[in-house]
Amino acid sequence: MTDETIRTVYLDYAATTPVDDAVVEAMLPFLGTRFGNPNSLYAMGRDSYRALEEARDTFASAIGAAAPGEVVFTGCGTEADNAAVLGIATAAKARNKGAHIIVSAFEHHAVLEPAKRLGKQGFEVSIVRPREDGIVYPEDLAALVRDDTVLVSVMHGNNELGTVQPLKELAEVAHRAGAYVHTDAIQTLGKIEWDAADLGVDAASFSAHKIYGPKGVGALYLKRGTPFEPLLIGGGQESKKRSGTQNVAGIVGLTKALQLMIAERETESPRLRALRDRVIEGILAMPNSLLNGGRDVPRLPHIANLVLKGVEGESMLLQLDNKGIAVSTGSACSSGSLEPSHVLLAIGCPPEVAHGSLRVTVGRFTTEDDVDYLLETLPPIVERLRAMSPVYAKMFGSGA
Amino acid sequence: MLYSDKVMDHFNNPRNVGVIEDADGVGEVGNPVCGDVMKITIKVDAADRIDDIKFQTLGCGAAIATSSIVTEMARGMTLDDAVSISKQQVADELGGLPPAKMHCSVLATDGLKVAVDDFLVKNGRDPIAGPIKSSDPNFDPHGDEDD
Repeated sequence: MTDETIRTVYLDYAATTPVDDAVVEAMLPFLGTRFGNPNSLYAMGRDSYRALEEARDTFASAIGAAAPGEVVFTGCGTEADNAAVLGIATAAKARNKGAHIIVSAFEHHAVLEPAKRLGKQGFEVSIVRPREDGIVYPEDLAALVRDDTVLVSVMHGNNELGTVQPLKELAEVAHRAGAYVHTDAIQTLGKIEWDAADLGVDAASFSAHKIYGPKGVGALYLKRGTPFEPLLIGGGQESKKRSGTQNVAGIVGLTKALQLMIAERETESPRLRALRDRVIEGILAMPNSLLNGGRDVPRLPHIANLVLKGVEGESMLLQLDNKGIAVSTGSACSSGSLEPSHVLLAIGCPPEVAHGSLRVTVGRFTTEDDVDYLLETLPPIVERLRAMSPVYAKMFGSGA
Repeated sequence: MLYSDKVMDHFNNPRNVGVIEDADGVGEVGNPVCGDVMKITIKVDAADRIDDIKFQTLGCGAAIATSSIVTEMARGMTLDDAVSISKQQVADELGGLPPAKMHCSVLATDGLKVAVDDFLVKNGRDPIAGPIKSSDPNFDPHGDEDD
């Protein structure tokens, strides 16, 4: 069997990350002795409440919110996305502001699905397409906004491509039409500078487990005055914007994780960029390969998305897994759906090419050795799969 | 979604990979746009038995594993038996397939059927495989229809 794993090389940091030791340490008291409900009035409750509000203060100032009350803690990034899209659109419509929303074609499903639901509930949904370079252009958005547009949602740093959108300009376009702006900033948080005031967005979604925090906790930035109908209703926690007892340990962990990201960013960001570029150069040196998204557009430091033409992504992923390497792919087969990644299709990548996509994402514990191990391991796998293909030689010339 | 050990074994160590250069029958099914293409080549002996069989596949783990197992199953079979191998038999032989991957076994059995009919028609005989599911424009790769 080929299962004797020599080493483990995790290159899927955009999927999730290990919880940092310092984050675990910060969380532990709130899983043990400091277990009080932050909504209780007695001393133990007040202790949790103080920890919760301290975390909110820290988080709010780290993202450039005007006030701590603009941060609503959620159960995950998906919840933050759902709450923002459904909550803002519904509340704005109730104020007779209109019933038209715009989302980009390469949003995460956590935005696309709520948009689809709104479409069934009387909203008109327009899709703004990113161009081939993986960027949503302000002029393309401008062509779609209308007087009755209530919400525009465009992902900040795309989770598959790593391309970073000109959010400030997009927000200006939306605001001129009177629309509110939400952005899924889940891949961006901590990786590049993020300042709500500077970007000018009205809402943004974040998640802890992409930044060495725990799974199951996220946050929604909601600028004061933004219409919002809560997704979860009940006890009225989080200023009635998100009922449910707060996950104090998780929220403390999220905040600690963000502080660590910001503290290390100046040195870590160029290190990740160099590793990412090593991946890109190495894979582009292989025959019939290409980079998804523009090379010279703004990009997150940790995401590289490439295609090895004439190879099916899941096979490539499984073969790499046999060698202890964890990566992801946008092939249809990996998702269990008929179509390959909607993100790759959105930037005009033909399906037969998108099936061969490989997303490599680096992180805190990635070394140059890890990248070199990938670059040594990948070519024979690709050669073998191409040799096994009945169409490779036909489609892409010799080399099979 | 988890693959059985047998799927992984056939994926990692596929049997009968390649092309029979002087094949008696060739079957190619699938489409690169959908991400799956399978090509099966066969040699048929005087008693209408599959004497040799090889495959090439572009596709996911399940596509490669189903192609590999179907070549093992069909080797030595009469043409009649070979075209009656069902997608369920292929999946069972592999210790099961995730539901979203059942269409891979349809492609594998279809590849074999097309190869058998190709041999028969080339020799002036009537095809026996019946309709080829995956060639139907309405073929739903995720459908749960029975063979």
